[in-house]
Amino acid sequence: MSASHDIAVLGVGMHPWGKWGRPFTEYGVIAARAALDDAGIDWRDVDLVVGGETVRNGYAGYVAGATFAQALGWNGARVATSYAACATGAQALDTARARILAGLAEVALVVGADTTPKGFLAPNAGERWDDPDWLRFRLLGMTNPAYFALYARRRMDLYGATPEDFAQVKVKNARHGLANPNARYRKEVTVEDVLGSAVVSDPLHLLDICATSDGAAAVVVSSTEYARKIGLDRLVRVNAVSTVTPTFPNTVLDMPNISTDSRQGHRPERTFKESIAHAAYEEAGIGPVDVGLAEVYDLSTALELDWMEDLGLCERGQAESLLRAGETTLGGRIPVNPSGGLACFGEAVPAQALAQVCEVTWQLRGHATGRQVEDARVGITANQGLFGHGSAVVLST
Amino acid sequence: MSASPAVEGWFTTGPEPTLLGSRCTTCTTVYFPPVRGEPAGFCRHPACDGGEFETTELSRRGTVWSYTDAQYQPPPPYVARTEPYRPFALAAVELPEGITVLGQVADGYGVRDLRVGAEVELVVEPLDEQLLVWRWKPVTELGEEADQ
Repeated sequence: MSASHDIAVLGVGMHPWGKWGRPFTEYGVIAARAALDDAGIDWRDVDLVVGGETVRNGYAGYVAGATFAQALGWNGARVATSYAACATGAQALDTARARILAGLAEVALVVGADTTPKGFLAPNAGERWDDPDWLRFRLLGMTNPAYFALYARRRMDLYGATPEDFAQVKVKNARHGLANPNARYRKEVTVEDVLGSAVVSDPLHLLDICATSDGAAAVVVSSTEYARKIGLDRLVRVNAVSTVTPTFPNTVLDMPNISTDSRQGHRPERTFKESIAHAAYEEAGIGPVDVGLAEVYDLSTALELDWMEDLGLCERGQAESLLRAGETTLGGRIPVNPSGGLACFGEAVPAQALAQVCEVTWQLRGHATGRQVEDARVGITANQGLFGHGSAVVLST
Repeated sequence: MSASPAVEGWFTTGPEPTLLGSRCTTCTTVYFPPVRGEPAGFCRHPACDGGEFETTELSRRGTVWSYTDAQYQPPPPYVARTEPYRPFALAAVELPEGITVLGQVADGYGVRDLRVGAEVELVVEPLDEQLLVWRWKPVTELGEEADQ
């Protein structure tokens, strides 16, 4: 594993996920203070703040980096704010990493927080006949769960997946999250519970689809030299942050698009989601076989199965076999979503990619009480932000 | 008042309607929805700096890439066609041009009438009282209908 572009994770912290109805700034400050406390770093020693933007909370959300900096008490730090939809946290972390590796920052605080509305995520009000995200609702009634359902149905028709398989992902993740103090849902779920819940978009049931949540996650990072200087020995390192865009032609239908690029008679070497993982592995100098745990974006149960294949944890069409054999549960060969995943958290968009980094850090340190993956040395996170934003982070110890 | 296409220039109407794409006159890449500003615009092929497009009719038939339905009423700007709300099906369809295009499934058809790889055909139906929209209709082979 190449160490030349590694940075150190000094501390991580979260505000529990839920529907708390409080301002996002409050969650962000609590998560930030938890991460600083975990790192043993005084806020006044932070010289870069990167905020994950939230688009549903007014101007303060658009300038989240400065909003958090002011709430923590102006300390003169440099500031940046990132937005990459669900990939926001990874992009924010990448910004911090770049300045640290360039020698332009010593200690960076990266924070994402959100307060979310109830129900389907829908576009802002107004008529926008040239906005594809508006048109997919107006012309087609195409909601986010409907996209998840398209991917799920392909698994059924092509690979023989069943609604019971999808339900088993929920059962597994619900069990993983039982002891996670930051999870919103901490309750056992049965296959019957999932299959007995209402069908939202065939073949997906209500319990196959993740909720939207309030929550916050924060990470304190520095150069590895700085980490050693303050006496940290068993470092958790960030080995890769993949924030790739798609490569033309992008031939798999992506939310919120109405269509794909033309494949022009040939299949691209990798799909977009495969390329996100590939770039992360390349940057870290490792392969899927080296990975001991994965935190992936289970917006739906079936999507977790897609991600396993996109990450190369198994061959295309084999994810159900791994699931059925218990390989992706705690104690299995490659535990997936030991945190409980979005199934237990619900999605807090600008915080979610950072929450994945928090979980992998706790796992690598051996601090994931009640959900610990044994002997975890390398973990990977994966997700995808709307409009072409890759997000994968490799961490190791 | 007669109904008109929900988005001007995206599809034709009449007995054999088609989607309208834009073909780059430099590299021949075809796009749907049409490139904004056609006949001028920007080609999105990374190796092409073409800026001129011609309108091209896309194939009327394609194969189902995947499908689902909307069992709950989608939020605005979706406008429900019936009160109470009646679910509808959706399909993503791969055209011979190599483009996958989403659409609602034609009135009267649901997920039970679809499977990945099945053939469908473009039709134009009312979106509401004023507007028309493209939809995907399962292609029923001769004689098949009688068997069902």
